[in-house]
Amino acid sequence: MGKKILTEHIHTPNIETFEVYRKHGGYAAVEKALKTMTPDEVTEEVKKSGLRGRGGAGFPAGMKWSFIDKKTTPRYLVCNADESEPGTFKDRYLMSKNPHSLVEGMIVASYALGANTSYIYVRGEMLYVIQILEKAIAEAYAKGFLGKNILGTDYSLDLYVHPGGGAYICGEETALLESLEGKRGNPRNKPPFPAVKGLYQQPTVVNNVETIAATPWIINNGGDAYAAIGVGKSTGTKLISACGHLKKPGVYEIELGVPVEEFIYSDEYCGGIRAGHTLKAVVAGGSSVPILPTALILKTAKGEPRLMTYESLSDGGFITGTMLGSGGFIAMDETVSVVKNLWNFSRFYHHESCGQCSPCREGTGWLERILHRMVKGEGKLHDIDLLVDVAKKIEGNTICPLGEAAAWPVASAIRHFRHEFEWYVNNKDKVKRGEIYQEQLVNA
Amino acid sequence: MAHAGLGIDKIMEYNHQNPTFSEEEMVRIKEIISHYPEGKQKSAILPIMHIAQTKWNWMSPAVMDYVASLLQIEPIEVYEVATFYTMFHLEPVGKYVLEVCRTGPCMICGAEELIGHLEKKLQIKVGETSADKKFTIKEVECLAACGGAPCLQVKLKTMDGAYKYYENLTPNKIDELMVAEWV
Repeated sequence: MGKKILTEHIHTPNIETFEVYRKHGGYAAVEKALKTMTPDEVTEEVKKSGLRGRGGAGFPAGMKWSFIDKKTTPRYLVCNADESEPGTFKDRYLMSKNPHSLVEGMIVASYALGANTSYIYVRGEMLYVIQILEKAIAEAYAKGFLGKNILGTDYSLDLYVHPGGGAYICGEETALLESLEGKRGNPRNKPPFPAVKGLYQQPTVVNNVETIAATPWIINNGGDAYAAIGVGKSTGTKLISACGHLKKPGVYEIELGVPVEEFIYSDEYCGGIRAGHTLKAVVAGGSSVPILPTALILKTAKGEPRLMTYESLSDGGFITGTMLGSGGFIAMDETVSVVKNLWNFSRFYHHESCGQCSPCREGTGWLERILHRMVKGEGKLHDIDLLVDVAKKIEGNTICPLGEAAAWPVASAIRHFRHEFEWYVNNKDKVKRGEIYQEQLVNA
Repeated sequence: MAHAGLGIDKIMEYNHQNPTFSEEEMVRIKEIISHYPEGKQKSAILPIMHIAQTKWNWMSPAVMDYVASLLQIEPIEVYEVATFYTMFHLEPVGKYVLEVCRTGPCMICGAEELIGHLEKKLQIKVGETSADKKFTIKEVECLAACGGAPCLQVKLKTMDGAYKYYENLTPNKIDELMVAEWV
């Protein structure tokens, strides 16, 4: 069994209550940080831990904190709980089961940043999670862990939950800030970065739920202890939300470094592919990351076992690798049409494009329409190269990464499954009858 | 993005007359506005719109104008938000809005069959409302419940307007829910 940090007590009855959470060591990090450490020492500990942003980008959290402009007040911490990346459902799990772990992390992180007002931006569909969080926050206020002069120190913090309204783009941090200000979620040009001009043009840090929830353990046990878990620059543990055609889909906390093969096939994790079927492809880190065929997800192009780390999953770059991303692990068996799935994802990005940048607004529409005609059996051979061309013209030409998120799945699907796209074009009658491409897959 | 399909004349026909929050709701709304710095009350727009939609089921022009007046902002500022965020209904909907996830992980686990079953059972297409005004079918993008694919959500007044997630659905389970829960 790997080390559990975020989910250690997740199955403890009533862990969502202050009392039980406290009995299992909860809020000790708040006491330690506020009473015995300076804000900079807290940041230093998080830096030492090597904790990286768990929302998808993997940017070192401590470094992000250290960028905040400490000369300007007020400063804000905003938790990104707008979990919307297809394949990702770890934050909802964590918040609904153990809300106090996020509240405690928010207090510790807000203290490090010198924020006296902080927000948790939860996607609007999860209103029931908001109800759970608000209950936990009310308990923390009642016990003196939030509000004025926390634990008798001179540090004060107000914490509020804010609902989104149903827009994937608001998971992008500057769009999230726009949304929190009551506007459409159009991402902002950077620079200035939120650390300088964020919420209400004030210095702001935006962190994912899982990132913030990991900080209490780091404060309690030290950054070095956290860094000792994992492999290389992939330190600590990560929540992986596994879905698709697995025997046991669900949220698993792994020590970074578990081999992908073990994650898919061992009984400790997903238990393998559903009975009678074989793995065809995996999207390892949410819909935005490149899709890989079975051979390349289990082993790198060099033949080494692929590990669940930022580095190993991206080994081979975008030619033969992918990304850990948000940890949204989608396993697809031989019943899945890669072409149809790609059309589905492209429709998603077209639907979710905010429309600000023309390469994304128009390009995602082109991708969706070309793929749709292919799926309907009306594709042409040159459509395949047209898709690659359109994707290339989106990538790098937009304000925010939604453009890349739409382009990468297209480029990778065609790179690894071009034969399947060609089959769609060359077998229009079969496609129209609803048949899908049958690949000869070898049992792993 | 959300689009209204009825046309403005029809929308105005269904428009709410003088929508007003109760005193109790106003207490809650004032509390929400207090979460944001002075002068930044516009931040409260989404939370208030959720409360409004729970009460009036959809965001009619009158409801949007009323929200604008509460926040002391221009009506257009509410319209532009309401049309951006997909959770807000811009035309009347049924008592239960079945919002079925259509994104990849749900699709490969049977979302299309689920939607097909709903359309057949209710004799309506996605986006339409049943004649008895009980059900509206909507397709939505990923609900962050992929481990329980296929899934759908329904806003329930019994949960203070929160959405209940229904996971690992099959056509049979839908039939059961229609008899047992969505009544």
